[in-house]
Amino acid sequence: MSKQHVTMTVNGDPVEVLCRADQTLLDCLRDEMGLTGTKEGCSTGDCGACSVTVDGRLVCACLMLGVEAEGRKIETIEGIGESEELHPVQRHFLEEAALQCGICTPGFIVAAKNLLEKNPNPTEEEVRYWLAGNLCRCTGYDKIIKAVLKAAEEMRG
Amino acid sequence: MTLQNGNGHNGNGHNGSGTSNGYKYVGTRPVRPDGVDKVTGRANFGADISLNGMIYGSVVRSPHAHAKIKKINFDKALKLKGVKAVISGKDFPTLKPSDKLPGVAPLSFYDMSRNVIARDKVLYDGHAIAAVAATTQAIADKAAKLIDVEYKILKPVMTAADAMKEKAPLLHDDLFTEGVDPTPKKASNIAKRTELKLGDPEVAMQSADFIVEGDYSTETVHQGYIEPHACAANFAQDGSVSIWASSQGAFMIRAYTARLCGMSTSKIKVIPAEIGGGFGGKTTIYLEPLALMLAKKSGRPVKMTMSRTEVMRATGPTSGGTAHVKIGAKKDGTLVAGTLELKYEAGAFPGSPVALGCMTGFAPYDLKDVACLGWDVVVNRPKAAAYRAPGAPVAAYAVESAMDELAHKLGIDPLTLRRKNSAKEGTKAVYGVEFDRIGNEDCLQAAQKTKHYNTPLGENQGRGVASGFWFNIGGTSSAEVMINEDGTVIVATGSPDIGGSRASMALMAAEVLGVDVSRIKPLVADTESVPYSDLTGGSRVTFATGKAVIDAAEDAIKDMKRRAAKVWKVDFDQVDWENGSAICIENDEIKPMSVADIAQIAGKTGGAISGKANINVTKGAGPGFGTHICDVEVDPETGRVTVLRYTAIQDVGTAIHPSYVEGQLQGGAAQGIGWALNEEYVYSKEGNLLNTGFLDYRVPVASDLPMIDTVLVEVPNAGHPFGVRGVGETPIVPPLGAVANAVSNAIGKRMTSLPMSPAKILQKIDAG
Repeated sequence: MSKQHVTMTVNGDPVEVLCRADQTLLDCLRDEMGLTGTKEGCSTGDCGACSVTVDGRLVCACLMLGVEAEGRKIETIEGIGESEELHPVQRHFLEEAALQCGICTPGFIVAAKNLLEKNPNPTEEEVRYWLAGNLCRCTGYDKIIKAVLKAAEEMRG
Repeated sequence: MTLQNGNGHNGNGHNGSGTSNGYKYVGTRPVRPDGVDKVTGRANFGADISLNGMIYGSVVRSPHAHAKIKKINFDKALKLKGVKAVISGKDFPTLKPSDKLPGVAPLSFYDMSRNVIARDKVLYDGHAIAAVAATTQAIADKAAKLIDVEYKILKPVMTAADAMKEKAPLLHDDLFTEGVDPTPKKASNIAKRTELKLGDPEVAMQSADFIVEGDYSTETVHQGYIEPHACAANFAQDGSVSIWASSQGAFMIRAYTARLCGMSTSKIKVIPAEIGGGFGGKTTIYLEPLALMLAKKSGRPVKMTMSRTEVMRATGPTSGGTAHVKIGAKKDGTLVAGTLELKYEAGAFPGSPVALGCMTGFAPYDLKDVACLGWDVVVNRPKAAAYRAPGAPVAAYAVESAMDELAHKLGIDPLTLRRKNSAKEGTKAVYGVEFDRIGNEDCLQAAQKTKHYNTPLGENQGRGVASGFWFNIGGTSSAEVMINEDGTVIVATGSPDIGGSRASMALMAAEVLGVDVSRIKPLVADTESVPYSDLTGGSRVTFATGKAVIDAAEDAIKDMKRRAAKVWKVDFDQVDWENGSAICIENDEIKPMSVADIAQIAGKTGGAISGKANINVTKGAGPGFGTHICDVEVDPETGRVTVLRYTAIQDVGTAIHPSYVEGQLQGGAAQGIGWALNEEYVYSKEGNLLNTGFLDYRVPVASDLPMIDTVLVEVPNAGHPFGVRGVGETPIVPPLGAVANAVSNAIGKRMTSLPMSPAKILQKIDAG
């Protein structure tokens, strides 16, 4: 199968990539760009481990084709806390021990940051429903929810 | 005993500000050493490995639950451009039934070999038959579809009840029931009968004023780790192999793969990747021998990654099973006898955890007359793998349901009934062990005092409580403590970190050495960098590997004291170790030397400094007891259950890093809630798995659960220098019973079948 030339912005940088027409954005990120922070847990949009944002909108990278990213702005876990400082969501995940194995963590952080950009003062219930598309099998979600609420509080100042 | 209410941070800082237990570092909550890599996407899990010249593997899996393989034709696949190698069962050595390791959970390499790749017969939907490697994943997947397999389809048998019938289709014609005297001459699907007994429960039962008796059933459930199995293998021309894989034990992968491929251990090096959840399901191998053989035949490194569908069809799960329980009691609530019969589905090969169910079901109770009978039954489902406290949750579900029913009959508070009969120091369990000091009674007492237990319930709401027990184990562990030139410390072990154990290793090393925890770097080494360690499982790592780390740190201290003695020109016994420094006894004019001071001049005193420990901890792993409280509301119109409140109380020994201990309790509770309410394997009548993804195999999501409160009851374990007790598995034992009791109490009828789907609950309500 021939490949297509796709131009997109990934974590602020212009990126050109060749991808097959049937290749998902997730496979493009992981296999063509070496951005393996975005994880695959199911490939059917059910687990959220591959959460990224596309033009600011939260999507499962496994449900979008690479060619559909043409001209779009993609943000992945590698673009969060890129500077010397961690993002408050990342820091509170660490301080609250909101991860055990850590495979779901990049997806949760991308999704939680996106929530707080849209809703800086979410209730516990709003956090739980926003993150209902991200599966974690280790923590029972308790510490994840607390970490997001604490990050929200800090970010509101 | 001390109590930690897990809802706050207990005032302990993140930098070793000291704890109520008298330790400086143990019991504090620093950020985990591997944390930053995991919140930034840097951490490399199994599927993140990339090697020079790497090609990709794909597995051909059986579409039938039970069939003979007549012929495999690779012709079309081999003609596809980019295909580099194909393999089938014929490429592997043929093992014998005698190739096994004995034990409570025996391990048969004969069965494992045929599970990893079928030989003449497929035994479940998804059973691996052949594999192919090609230059891209897309070509490999296409080639896999071009491999023709001719089958003779056989009738499948899907449940223990059906498989135990006289005329049931046989999975194996060489399986003769163990544990029956004399061994039957006729093959059957019953792999083993296990019986445990104390006293004479039949006679004792006659003295009961009340008897409760019931049948309970559960379905097959999966561990549900979010990371699918993945590995990469390289096979060099000199026969040396490197395998990168995420698993619960790099040495386990090395040993099992060597055995199945007929290789010597020294030829295989396993490099552990980060592991994205295991829960017992990654204590065995699936892809590694296939990747190795494909790499050998193709001459290229081969990467293999399972899809979620493959994970569901062909890995894990844990056994579904049925239980018949009978408990007799006096009017005052004193238990007089208990019996339990369990039938567990092992999957395609023998080895369900039914014996462990028999051992654990009644363990929270002081019963002098008790019997447990277990049946291990093969069916056409994937071979059961370990899942967190294997075998215990189903047994506890039945016993704890019966205890709830008994409390109702007697008009006694269910926690009071459990306290009255609780196993304690000196109680002999049905499997023969006499308990040392345990926290069973302490947990029940703590549960009664929680705010949760004393919160009034509303309409359509119910509360359930349940207890649970798990043994915890020790085992073989190794550790090396290396002092860097600047006095910072590396702690290397061979125990994969599946939930934050690096943090515990660092804290224990810090406590022994007197070095700040931020100066300690723990790591999980490959199979050629540390001596052998057993896999991460049995809630053993913080206990046994922790003990190795403590011993290794003490060994390093000995070395550093020797160096100080040399510098000070005094006898070794004139040097003591205090607060991270060597001090000279009886001469306070000599300035103490810190670790950094000693490290700086290591070259002049004999070279690099390190300590090591290789141990096998055969006793002292304190058993774990816990009690859970669950409140639910049931919608009488739809049968939907909402979990309102949940509290997990557990004797955790000394909590080394309390946040990760709480996390174990919360995660175990959540998995148990899923098991109780949502999760089950659904098969067609032909034996095909119908729900192979997370959409319809529904694990709990964030909006399904409330905050899960924890109470850490700390009864230090005398068998460990810091009082550590394994904590990871006990938390999944009580939830099935706690949730079932809550739902039963909400609707006023006993729920006897899991999962408690809305349809089942409505049916029960409507039954009048």
